[in-house]
Amino acid sequence: MSESFAVPQIVIEVIYLVASALFILSLRWLSSPKTARHGVLAGEVGMLLAIGGTLLHHGIIDYKWIAIALVLGSIIGVPLGRVAMTAVPQRTAISHAFGALCVTLVGTAEYYLRAPNVPPFMMAVLGMEVILGSLTFTGSLMAAGKLQEILPQRPLTYRGQNFVNLSLLAVAIGLAIYLVVHPEAKFVFPFIVGIPLLFGISMVIPIGGADMPTVISLLNAYAGLSAAAMGFVLNSKLLIIAGALDGSSGFILSVIMSKAMNRSFANVIFGAFGQVAAAAGGAEEAKQVRSATAEEAAAILSAANKVVIVPGYGMAVAQAQHKVRELFDALSKRGVDVKFAIHPVAGRMPGHMNVLLAEADIPYDRLLDMDEINGDFPQTDVTLVIGANDVTNPAARTDASSPIFGMPILDVDKSRTVMVIKRGMSPGFAGIDNPLYYLEKTLMLFGDAKGFVGNIVRELGGGQG
Amino acid sequence: MSGNLLDNLFIFMLAGFIGFEVIKHVSPLLHTPLMSLTNALDAIAVVGAIVLAGEHKSNMAAILGTIAVVAATSNIVGGFLITDRMLKMFKVGSKPGKGGKS
Repeated sequence: MSESFAVPQIVIEVIYLVASALFILSLRWLSSPKTARHGVLAGEVGMLLAIGGTLLHHGIIDYKWIAIALVLGSIIGVPLGRVAMTAVPQRTAISHAFGALCVTLVGTAEYYLRAPNVPPFMMAVLGMEVILGSLTFTGSLMAAGKLQEILPQRPLTYRGQNFVNLSLLAVAIGLAIYLVVHPEAKFVFPFIVGIPLLFGISMVIPIGGADMPTVISLLNAYAGLSAAAMGFVLNSKLLIIAGALDGSSGFILSVIMSKAMNRSFANVIFGAFGQVAAAAGGAEEAKQVRSATAEEAAAILSAANKVVIVPGYGMAVAQAQHKVRELFDALSKRGVDVKFAIHPVAGRMPGHMNVLLAEADIPYDRLLDMDEINGDFPQTDVTLVIGANDVTNPAARTDASSPIFGMPILDVDKSRTVMVIKRGMSPGFAGIDNPLYYLEKTLMLFGDAKGFVGNIVRELGGGQG
Repeated sequence: MSGNLLDNLFIFMLAGFIGFEVIKHVSPLLHTPLMSLTNALDAIAVVGAIVLAGEHKSNMAAILGTIAVVAATSNIVGGFLITDRMLKMFKVGSKPGKGGKS
């Protein structure tokens, strides 16, 4: 490009190089809670350097709108950074949407600036950028709407849904290929933005709340890939690196989530869990359950040596995490060893339960993931399940006809006593009956998670000090 | 052009592998902060948007660029802010006052 009086391009490139290194370090430091906050700092420094360097770019002639946009973005960003911890899943979905929006808008502008002189490879990545960007934009907005419960969380399905969805995607890709061959066909471009926008909506409509961890992770991967594609279009190595990092993170999380549900990506996107489940549920119902009061539960808990608490989405909905902390304190004070068993898909996004419990001041060395804790259940006196269902369902191990057969679960049924706090006997999100509830060793504690845990804590406090 | 393309593909491939290696070691404990942090880093797309808004090659490009800067900046600010808030909450067991078991 033309030389100018401003800062030489090489200086900016070196700044980008440093920023890239900081980004990688940032993620590296995130591997342990001890160094994780350095990671945030490294990311922030890298980001400031990159933005600062970009502002030195010689082609920039007008700073007014940049300044206004930076200020406006910060004003929107601050409240998004201060949402309650229970709202983190929907916040994450919204930020995927914003990231994708940015990428799509830039891609659109780049096309119209360059057309008709768009070389085939450039057009191919541009197409990928805007297709992924726009489907991630609406898909994430839909996910956020479902998580915020503005939209129904139940999967909405209709006949031929998968056919419609796949056709939309195929048409968008077909038009993008047409543009690669005929980059001058400007009238086609709006369709490769518009059709994926529709696809994003129709893709998420049939997905239920319990599948949200996988979907959010997938959308994360798409957002990263679309940013990387944008890096190819703009020939920005920094953007390619950041996009690749984000994309691989989203991809790894998607794999972990779908493994934890024993399902493939395709099955999550096209499977519509609810249908299978509806067919499976509603069989016999005359089975007996045993229930207990808060007083009885408190007595059993205080007599135990080892207690494992299994939190689920129900705990998040009831906002019971602070009461759970009180229970943890009360039992710990009595010398009971209390641990938490976290299933990878508990909650609505990867790591959701950990964040809620950490917010309630429960030390993170007490939070164990499925593989760490499953061997402990046979030595556990009492397992207390709070608002979790399918992830504790032993049918996943034993009943080959169950829709969740093969899904790795927490082996709570192997502990000596199981107590389940639940509003009523309604099946879980997947609509599948849970044989755990009918076991001899299981006590059902019927009530609201927050209220019931509070009552147990009161009983524990009231007993012999 | 094709030289650049190949260079960029190599960079993408290497960064992808680095991403896998680095992120594999992130504990499941921190998967939520991981997602919000990568989200903030991904908002580096703001650099492309800034150039678009500042070069003012066409009105449309400038307008789209400006909106894109707003969207990306809100992700940067919000993403770093909430990641740090979450990470601050992760504490180890032995803290005075609460419970105080070994």
